[in-house]
Amino acid sequence: MKIIIVGCGNVGATLAQQLSNEGHDITVVDSNEKLVGGISDAFDVLGVVGNGASLNIQREAGVDNTDLLIAVTGSDELNLLCCLIAKKAGGCHTIARVSNPVYSKEIGFIKEELGLSMIINPQMAAAREIGRLLKYPSALKVDSFVKSRVELVVYKIPENSPLCNVQLKDMDRTIHCNVLIPVVERGEQVIIPDGNFELKAGDEITIVAPAENTIEFFKRIGVPAAVTKDIMMIGGGITSIYLAKQLIAMGVKVKIVERDPVRCEELTEMLPKALIICGDATEKELLIEEGIRNVGAFAAMTNFDEENIMLALFAKSISKAKLITKVHRIAYDEIIDSLGIGSVIYPKYITSESIIKYVRAMRNTIGSNIETLYRLNDNRVEVLEFHIRKDSPVAGIPLRELKLKKNMIIGCITHKGQVEMPNGDSVIDVDDMVILITTTTGLHDISDALK
Amino acid sequence: MNYSIIRYILSSVICFEGVFLALPAIVGAIYGEKEGTIYGIIAVICMLAGFAGRIRKPKSTTFYAREGFVCVSLSWILLSLVGALPFTLTGEIPFYIDALFETVSGFTTTGASILPSVEELSYCTSFWRLFTHWIGGMGVLVFIMAVLPLAGGSNMHLMRAESPGPSVSKFVPRVKRTAMILYGIYMVITIMEILALKIAGMTLFDSVTLSFATVGTGGFALLNSSAASYSTAVQVIITIFMLLCSVNFTVYYLLLIKKGKEALLNEEVRYFFIIVFVSAIMIAINIRDSFGNFAEAFHHSIFQVASIISTSGFASCDFNLWPEFSKAILVMLMFVGACAGSTGGGFKVSRLIILVKAAKNEITAAIHPKSVNRVRINQKGVPDGTVRAVLVYLAVYVLIGGISFLIVSLDKYDMTTNFTAVMTTFNNVGPGLGAVGPTGNFGGFSVLSKIVMIFDMLIGRLEIYPMLVLFVPGTWRGRQSA
Repeated sequence: MKIIIVGCGNVGATLAQQLSNEGHDITVVDSNEKLVGGISDAFDVLGVVGNGASLNIQREAGVDNTDLLIAVTGSDELNLLCCLIAKKAGGCHTIARVSNPVYSKEIGFIKEELGLSMIINPQMAAAREIGRLLKYPSALKVDSFVKSRVELVVYKIPENSPLCNVQLKDMDRTIHCNVLIPVVERGEQVIIPDGNFELKAGDEITIVAPAENTIEFFKRIGVPAAVTKDIMMIGGGITSIYLAKQLIAMGVKVKIVERDPVRCEELTEMLPKALIICGDATEKELLIEEGIRNVGAFAAMTNFDEENIMLALFAKSISKAKLITKVHRIAYDEIIDSLGIGSVIYPKYITSESIIKYVRAMRNTIGSNIETLYRLNDNRVEVLEFHIRKDSPVAGIPLRELKLKKNMIIGCITHKGQVEMPNGDSVIDVDDMVILITTTTGLHDISDALK
Repeated sequence: MNYSIIRYILSSVICFEGVFLALPAIVGAIYGEKEGTIYGIIAVICMLAGFAGRIRKPKSTTFYAREGFVCVSLSWILLSLVGALPFTLTGEIPFYIDALFETVSGFTTTGASILPSVEELSYCTSFWRLFTHWIGGMGVLVFIMAVLPLAGGSNMHLMRAESPGPSVSKFVPRVKRTAMILYGIYMVITIMEILALKIAGMTLFDSVTLSFATVGTGGFALLNSSAASYSTAVQVIITIFMLLCSVNFTVYYLLLIKKGKEALLNEEVRYFFIIVFVSAIMIAINIRDSFGNFAEAFHHSIFQVASIISTSGFASCDFNLWPEFSKAILVMLMFVGACAGSTGGGFKVSRLIILVKAAKNEITAAIHPKSVNRVRINQKGVPDGTVRAVLVYLAVYVLIGGISFLIVSLDKYDMTTNFTAVMTTFNNVGPGLGAVGPTGNFGGFSVLSKIVMIFDMLIGRLEIYPMLVLFVPGTWRGRQSA
């Protein structure tokens, strides 16, 4: 597909790279010559320098025969204008990034009236992601599929866990709980395990199961799965507001530490049920005074990556709280992950992932059958949700007879709304939704998974 | 430095050279020449060697600017070294350095020859000689990019290193697609010329090979008299196609996607044609007495102007005998060269425009010290980096030209010959003045001079930096760094 990306910031660059690698023709537009040059040097994309909302610039970027325009500049209004003009000039699909909470309630209206295909709100998406993580305080990452009926949870096995030295095929007997472990990350390695695989302490396992099974699973292995009771958030940014609203609705006690007194006033205004503390979170005493030692969850969400990482490290050293760290910019994912600061949230990846999901779905109508796509373990594992259509080569065959390629596993099957954890006798029918987990990227249809 | 990917790309180059060499072998088979088998054998060896080198995929696909430069210059050197083999092995150019000179002259679309007589060559050797122009005209790596999938980010660095001009722009987001469009345009122009020449009464072999030499703006000829003994119609056709191929190919793409207005507004092309016609008229006035009428004088003058400025190097008459003023104009046109993004060589009209405009801005700044100026081309600001690069390019260009001139001066010839010989090879034109004029050849130079000129041709075609990068030790350090 031909795609124009307006805005070459973090998200724009990530999108340009991933979409170009997936075989789309990308044109990037930005008024900053250096940013455009940097991206068109690094990836096989065309760069246009100029204001993306100008019709002439859009024409130069080829809006007349483009399929999709994605506006991800820093300004909501510019993004909306870009999309509006592209829609009128080129009649293409449009995606805008709109993050101002003021618009968030009107998003439906804006989307409908301006004819946008999708509006992505990075802060809200990040807040949702954090909210999901907090449902399972011991999990590193949580995703949901099949309209939230199936959950995917990443969990690191601690020492002395009942899971240690258990072979996967024996798991049903020892744990008495039906969950699937399709991916294990051990050190640098990402493994799609078979039944003889033995779990060890330190493994990062991915668990796929219906929500009730997951809670059951955590109970059985002696990990409390209850929703955290209270949370301390550092930084009262937009993400914090969305998150606080969400958590307050769940009955969680929210405490926000914010440095700027004016902002604090605004926060009390917007979040009457939250406790707003005006103070500098880099002061140890303040955090201890506010009970960081006993808090259930701790979220470092200031606008400074370095500060967030330091705060999370401090919280880790002093309390048992579930840690959430927001990282905007820094590109050293591996190093951050090795710090052991719990769940790290990268708003740029969350944004680009949702957009890529949309692009995949759009291409779906032109031949592929992917409904949703998730990337795990540093993008090394893909979780794909397929819709099984008529004439699909996998329909009607028991799983044990399906010859899948290496490093592929069927995660679960949804049959007429009923989630089924697959075993060898399961049969995939037409109109089922199937989740496939694989380390091979770039699949377009479930038939690509067959030998 | 990522050696494994360079190995991989060079193997692809050799593989394709094998494919290219198969064509003269076929020509040899058609005409029943025994030389054809030599081409065939080399072609097969090249293809096998290329395939062998491509079996192992590169270990890492890290590819940065320096890999691009090194890849391009090594490809061209390798291409020439192998391309020269059949000349020597068939015994038609027995001395290998001579053969190498001829091949480099072919690939770089220079058209300077060491052969005193080209009419005795076998059909397949003639074909290969002129075909090298066509391969070199648009660039080998551009061709490979159009055909083979290469690692993601590597493409742009390769294209930038191989394509002429101060800044390279893609037509469409994908380099591969851009390369395909370029070659598509190139082939259409070639076929048009073949048809035109065929209609003008040439044999198929002559029209095909001559078209290769014209469209690549090369200049090797089939006859000792270059283009002088062809009919007026053929000369006109050659003139038109030489000019067409010196135009920035972006213009054709814009015409193709029906953006004719933007194509017409292209400043570089406009100035190019102004230079061509002003020079042609001045020369025509200057030489009118030696011809029957003004029309004939203009015909020859525009042929020569087109031939020199497009850096082809055909001759419709011996311009070495023309008055000094006309010769001076022609020598100056050698420096100007064609448009960026065309198949021609030289300094490039766009660089000249940037230089003149930058100079104008400097003068304005001298009068109004606080004024803020920007060089603009096609109503768009040229980044300061590009302007600076052009200025540095000029400096290095003069420096290399000077050093080469000095070394070649050790030879037995007079100053005019030496100077124009260096300039004509450096700018990929072909003929010079004096002993290397349209009727002369480069055979008399010493081996040292020939090697210097071989380098000049390569440096000129690849626009200096890629070749110079090879001689910087830092390029080779840091094995498998990333």
